[in-house]
Amino acid sequence: MTDLHLVNARIVDPEAGSVSVGAVTVSQGLIRQVFDNKTNPFRGETGEVIDCNLKYLAPGIVDIGVKVCEPGERHKESYRSAGLAAAAGGVTTMVTRPDTTPAIDSPETLEFVTRRANEAAPVNVLPMAALTKGREGREMTEIGFLMDAGAVAFTDCDRVVTDTKVLSRALSYARALGALVIAHPQDPGLSKGAAATSGKFASLRGLPAVSPMAERMALDRDLALIEMTGARYHADQITCARALPALERAKANGLDVTAGTSIHHLTLNALDVADYRTFFKLKPPLRDETDRIAVAEAVKSGLIDIISSMHTPQDEESKRLPFEEAASGAVALETLLPAAMRLYHADLIDLPTLWRAMALNPAKRLGLSNGRLSAGAPADLVLFDPDAPFLMDRATLQSKSRNTPFDGARMQGRVLATYVAGQRIYERP
Amino acid sequence: MSFPHRHLLGIEALRPEEITTLLDLADDYAALNRQPDKHADALNGLTQINMFFENSTRTQASFEIAGKRLGADVMNMAMQASSVKKGESLIDTALTLNAMHPDLLVVRHPHSGAVDLLAQKVNCAVLNAGDGRHEHPTQALLDALTIRRAKGRLHRLSIAICGDIAHSRVARSNIMLLGKMENRIRLIGPPTLMPSGIAEFGVEVFENMQEGLSDVDVVMMLRLQKERMDGGFIPSEREYYHRYGLDADKLRHAKPDAIVMHPGPMNRGVEIDGTLADDINRSVIQDQVEMGVAVRMAAMDLLARNLRLTRGAA
Repeated sequence: MTDLHLVNARIVDPEAGSVSVGAVTVSQGLIRQVFDNKTNPFRGETGEVIDCNLKYLAPGIVDIGVKVCEPGERHKESYRSAGLAAAAGGVTTMVTRPDTTPAIDSPETLEFVTRRANEAAPVNVLPMAALTKGREGREMTEIGFLMDAGAVAFTDCDRVVTDTKVLSRALSYARALGALVIAHPQDPGLSKGAAATSGKFASLRGLPAVSPMAERMALDRDLALIEMTGARYHADQITCARALPALERAKANGLDVTAGTSIHHLTLNALDVADYRTFFKLKPPLRDETDRIAVAEAVKSGLIDIISSMHTPQDEESKRLPFEEAASGAVALETLLPAAMRLYHADLIDLPTLWRAMALNPAKRLGLSNGRLSAGAPADLVLFDPDAPFLMDRATLQSKSRNTPFDGARMQGRVLATYVAGQRIYERP
Repeated sequence: MSFPHRHLLGIEALRPEEITTLLDLADDYAALNRQPDKHADALNGLTQINMFFENSTRTQASFEIAGKRLGADVMNMAMQASSVKKGESLIDTALTLNAMHPDLLVVRHPHSGAVDLLAQKVNCAVLNAGDGRHEHPTQALLDALTIRRAKGRLHRLSIAICGDIAHSRVARSNIMLLGKMENRIRLIGPPTLMPSGIAEFGVEVFENMQEGLSDVDVVMMLRLQKERMDGGFIPSEREYYHRYGLDADKLRHAKPDAIVMHPGPMNRGVEIDGTLADDINRSVIQDQVEMGVAVRMAAMDLLARNLRLTRGAA
């Protein structure tokens, strides 16, 4: 029995690396078949037929590193609001961060989160758990129990485990269980107190700054420990050219290593901070234009595997402060796809490569079967128009926090509809 | 004469002819300040509030005297002791004060950009009296006036700025102002006290003080904060004085008529030799303090004129 036919679509296939006109049929929440335009997929079939009018149909985005502020700061973002934002942004799987208050570091807190998420969010939610208790870098969490409870990866988020003994033991233990460890490579000493990337701009603005070298140093250290322990490792955000050779070497040497970057580091640079605009304060701070281009090239070549939103809600109070005191981070679930279209329109990265980084690779890294358009995969889909222009107005965002650096920006590319397991969970009004 | 600015937040926004306008007016006020009757009426009826979120004696006093000589009602708020301690945000403080209808707000804050932020939230003229390590425009203007009076011009001079450039808002504002007026700028200091990206500033950088001072017209010393002397940025006070403290020996490398400046307060025996600082033939440090009042009178006068114009139009 077939439930849904999406016909007359331009199908973005990250596995084949192609965009071609065709149709997708969905049955019982799974993709049943993908057709090219020569065959008529719904002859003699039942179910709903949707004419996509030659708009683009791609796998739903799998976003690793979404911060939902439950428990602790529900006024900033709840599972409900984050889920609606994800649906409006074409994100069908949110992989959530454990840097909540308290941190998600025990099976009990994880169960709370899973229950809340399943009740409230229309998209798939897969939680990550902390690597060390309280994210304090001293004792490892119950990695085994947490995996049993559904944790898909382990990370202390932006807190770096400074004690290499603690980290090497946690990595060894994680390796035995096949757990994926995600780290934030920033040397904590060098980056302490930094609000910007060092250089002329930061000096002119008088902002405490950190050299991009802090990222390479921490990545070098982590990779040495991966060589030692053999753990599965993912660097959450690689944002500068200097870190790339180390990553390339590690991959060439056969280490089980992947890397991600954030959509903001791919589409903005340090100068965007302009007159102390705190919505552009991120962690790590925005880099210069040469780094941005180098990172985009690395996504194109596949050296950097994954693009994330690094969705980080902050309320108005924590952003309406002098730049040094303001909180870091930006919301991005809804702006991820339009911002990614900037890379497409600038001819930096084509659509199949973007979906390889936003859907296929993150799904593969977590051992999920979605993120691709093949028979038997979950029917998590996004229908979008890469050309539709609009003026971004942050008041229209679904997130409870609206700290987007794209407020007032001209953007091109909008989500038209989002499907999770064959169910339409969002349609642009 | 034109000075089309609502606020004075930094040197960055000023054009060379606007700087000249302000300095010319400050020259007039410098003359007035030497009269027995020092009163003028440029700020009559206006309210000036000095908000200092960071300790200051001389800058605050200078702004207070400047305002009072021009007839403003001046109020000082020691922000460290007040509502900030009770957890009020900067913006709330600004809005509260704004409701009292001040005309001129003089603000010093320990964080870069904080004064810009505050200026966005109030509808009076804001003067930056120093924000973090960003800008200190009236200091650069008073330095410029002092140089112009001592040297007879403010262009084509070779000027050395020495010491803790990295943490200094005075250095940033001076680099910008002196660069706009087409001077040759040299920065002297250990690499630990130089900001990043300095090569792109259009200045020459020297780690050796004798080389850096060679044939300069002006030697501008910066204060080294106590908290930076503990081995974090420099090994010790005495080694710093040996390598970067200004004394008669090092000054011999500069032009024979080179002047010595310091924004104060000085650490005698750390960045400058005490005898040299008091040498009236070389040191213009006291002139800087005198010009400070004149420059602040000029700045507030110009902003008040714009304020009256916009209010008249409204």
